[in-house]
Amino acid sequence: MILEVEGLTKRFGGLVAVDGVSFEVRRGEILGIIGPNGAGKTTLFNLISGVYKPDEGRIVFDGEDITGKPPYKIARLGLARTYQVVKPLNELTVRENVMVGACFGREYLDLDSARRVADEVLRMVGLMEKAELPAGKLNVPEKKRLEMARALASKPKLVLLDEVLAGLNPAEVKGMLKVIEDVRKRGITILMIEHLMHAIMRVSDRIIVLDYGKKIAEGKPEEVANDPKVVEAYLGDPSLVLR
Amino acid sequence: MIEIWIDSVISGILLGLVYGLAALGLNLIWGVMKVINLSHGAFIALGMFFAYFLFTFGLNPYAGVPVIFLIGVLLGMVVYFVALHRIIDAPELSTLLSTFSVSLFIIGVGTYLWSTSPYAISFDVGTISVGGMTILGTKVIAGAVSIALALSLYYFLYKTKTGKAVRAVSMNRTAAELMGINTTKILALSFGIGIALAMTAGALIATIFPFTILSGGVYELKSFVICVLGGLGSPIGALVGGLIMGILENVMALQIPTGLVPFIEFTILVIVLLLRPTGIFGGEI
Amino acid sequence: MRTIAWLLALILILGFLPIVTHDVTLRETVFLILMYVALAESLNVILGYTGYVSFGHIVFYGIGGYVAFVLIENYGTNIVLAMLLAGAFSAFVAYVLGLAILRLRGAYFAIATIGINEAVKALVTNLNQLGGAEGIYFNMNVYRPYGGAENAIWFAYYLMLAVTVAVVLVNWKVKRSKFGLGLMAIREDEDASLTLGVNTSMYKTIAFAISAFFPGMVGALFFFKNGNIDPESAFHLTKSIEMIFMVMLGGFGTVSGPVIGAMVYERIRGLLLVSFKALHIAISGVILLLIVLFVPRGIVGFLRERVPVLRRYFE
Repeated sequence: MILEVEGLTKRFGGLVAVDGVSFEVRRGEILGIIGPNGAGKTTLFNLISGVYKPDEGRIVFDGEDITGKPPYKIARLGLARTYQVVKPLNELTVRENVMVGACFGREYLDLDSARRVADEVLRMVGLMEKAELPAGKLNVPEKKRLEMARALASKPKLVLLDEVLAGLNPAEVKGMLKVIEDVRKRGITILMIEHLMHAIMRVSDRIIVLDYGKKIAEGKPEEVANDPKVVEAYLGDPSLVLR
Repeated sequence: MIEIWIDSVISGILLGLVYGLAALGLNLIWGVMKVINLSHGAFIALGMFFAYFLFTFGLNPYAGVPVIFLIGVLLGMVVYFVALHRIIDAPELSTLLSTFSVSLFIIGVGTYLWSTSPYAISFDVGTISVGGMTILGTKVIAGAVSIALALSLYYFLYKTKTGKAVRAVSMNRTAAELMGINTTKILALSFGIGIALAMTAGALIATIFPFTILSGGVYELKSFVICVLGGLGSPIGALVGGLIMGILENVMALQIPTGLVPFIEFTILVIVLLLRPTGIFGGEI
Repeated sequence: MRTIAWLLALILILGFLPIVTHDVTLRETVFLILMYVALAESLNVILGYTGYVSFGHIVFYGIGGYVAFVLIENYGTNIVLAMLLAGAFSAFVAYVLGLAILRLRGAYFAIATIGINEAVKALVTNLNQLGGAEGIYFNMNVYRPYGGAENAIWFAYYLMLAVTVAVVLVNWKVKRSKFGLGLMAIREDEDASLTLGVNTSMYKTIAFAISAFFPGMVGALFFFKNGNIDPESAFHLTKSIEMIFMVMLGGFGTVSGPVIGAMVYERIRGLLLVSFKALHIAISGVILLLIVLFVPRGIVGFLRERVPVLRRYFE
């Protein structure tokens, strides 16, 4: 198990954003997280990456209890994440952006080594020609690839992808899915939030479904798709289960 | 002996209400557009001078309050379009510096026109005697006007359509825009009201204390401390923070040389930022 | 490489002019320019690289001035040691203050720094041990170890030149280091930097301390030369404004920007004071606004964008 989440709860005033969520992530798998909007998926990512401290619960990453640890320490342990609304370092070049990942990630490289790693990763995501451009000048799909590249440059063991396919056209989606496949081939475990159903169902080994902060289903994609609770969460009527 | 303390507290409450009024202005602008208005102090000073000049032209300073408020709204809207509109979505640094430059301009011109000598409005409304204490009438009226204005602001924000639009914009500008609200007008108006509140507070302070073009800085620091104390997102926090500040200040003045007050205020600021950066009434950081 | 070469050459040539010509008036002018350059470059580390506006930054200049003054006047410390201790103490104050206020985001930090200059000025004014509002005057004997006042002033000048060269070099080194990359990441997006592994609070605190170290030394040298120190001159608010202005005018976040900004400003200031006297603050305000609205990257930023060939020369 590379990640174990037990009884994770986060409250914002009266709102319980994440409610007693528990699950495990197996090394090398792709675990998809789906759920209606507001289900608490991004909050979950924020909890795992250390941006929020949980009110209750525990997070164990690669055998180490990371509950309550500051985000930068968690990143150094090999847990990287991307953001739903991309956060490029605008005034820095594309290459420098990726170098930040390499310099401060798990390998904590010096500038020269980071530059080499950055170039390698940029080639992998197909951004090499734009390496010298300021990151702010990229278009949205390119920024998403940059976000991914930056996360990969930190040589993570586990990467959290938050809706990396959102806003992409079908061709771009295909490209990004290929990158995700490449990432998996390198032995990196992937935890991904996604709304694009056919994509996430196809690419995930297992799926977790969140609704109103609670985990309501877990299992293989086909099982989850036919689970009445899941259908109810999305469509309101459990009898609408297909097949 | 105890009368001196009670007198201090009452003065503190009255002054605190005026401070709260000023802080409300800062608070509103922060709440609606996430801008920290560094020209806040300069406009407070400007309000003081406007009150002075209206007074020398024969106008009762309290009658001048609505006039100054209106001027404040208009001036604020102009400043919004000149200094803020273009960079409203830029990183914080830009708006910090642009409002700062507005403050430089106002203070620069003010120093040129009026030098740094002290001015004062001598308008005697007598005193009120309660128990064995005498309270300056000007302080009482200033406090009353502040309450009135704060209530009006509340009414505006919660009971009028435009006010609702202001609150909508402060919650989610994109959503408000999508619902047909002219966010530019609302932003400009909100900034204007924020400035108007600052200027009005200045006008009221001018009826109590002497002032110079540089006085604004002192009240700006107070406003910041109040907003941080009360919570940058909370209007009630601004008023409560103002009261606390006013009382603390007046009670402190009994024991500590006035020169040290900025130092104490700054220390309070740092302590609050350290212990409870979201302030008493919360709000996001 | 090219940038630092011509920058240092420029500073050294400028610095050696008064030495070679033995012109006292020129020395005073160049001393002022060097001071401005050093102050602007210092501020650049926290403002330009890290993106945290420090509004009362002159406070570190004042603190350094007072520390050196007290050491020299009361303990006969030599100026080099006094200068270094002044810088170290300023850096320490920044570190301690930073622990409190750097935890927070840019805007809150900025607010906190607004009051700091006023607060320290108020404190010092009320401390009789530091001379109160009148300040402290040197007993002229302090200049004897240097061979008299004139020699002492020349010595202070050489030190000022050394400090300026040092701060430019430090700026350059930081920019090209991993530390600098981390700072700039913080400036661009602090949340992203955190999850990318940057220890943001430690980095910000170090940057703040570095940015306070040099003004401390500059203050020590200036007031040593001056012969007396008082709260109003040590904690002069206008100087804080000038520091920000110079960094923005020249181009924040670059090594050459603040140098250019300082030199240009020094010339403009002379002009403004002569022609517009009291309005020079107002005009600075207008220019600052124009810079922020239309040329936010300053002179150097503008050049780098419009004339790509110059990029290597204007880092």
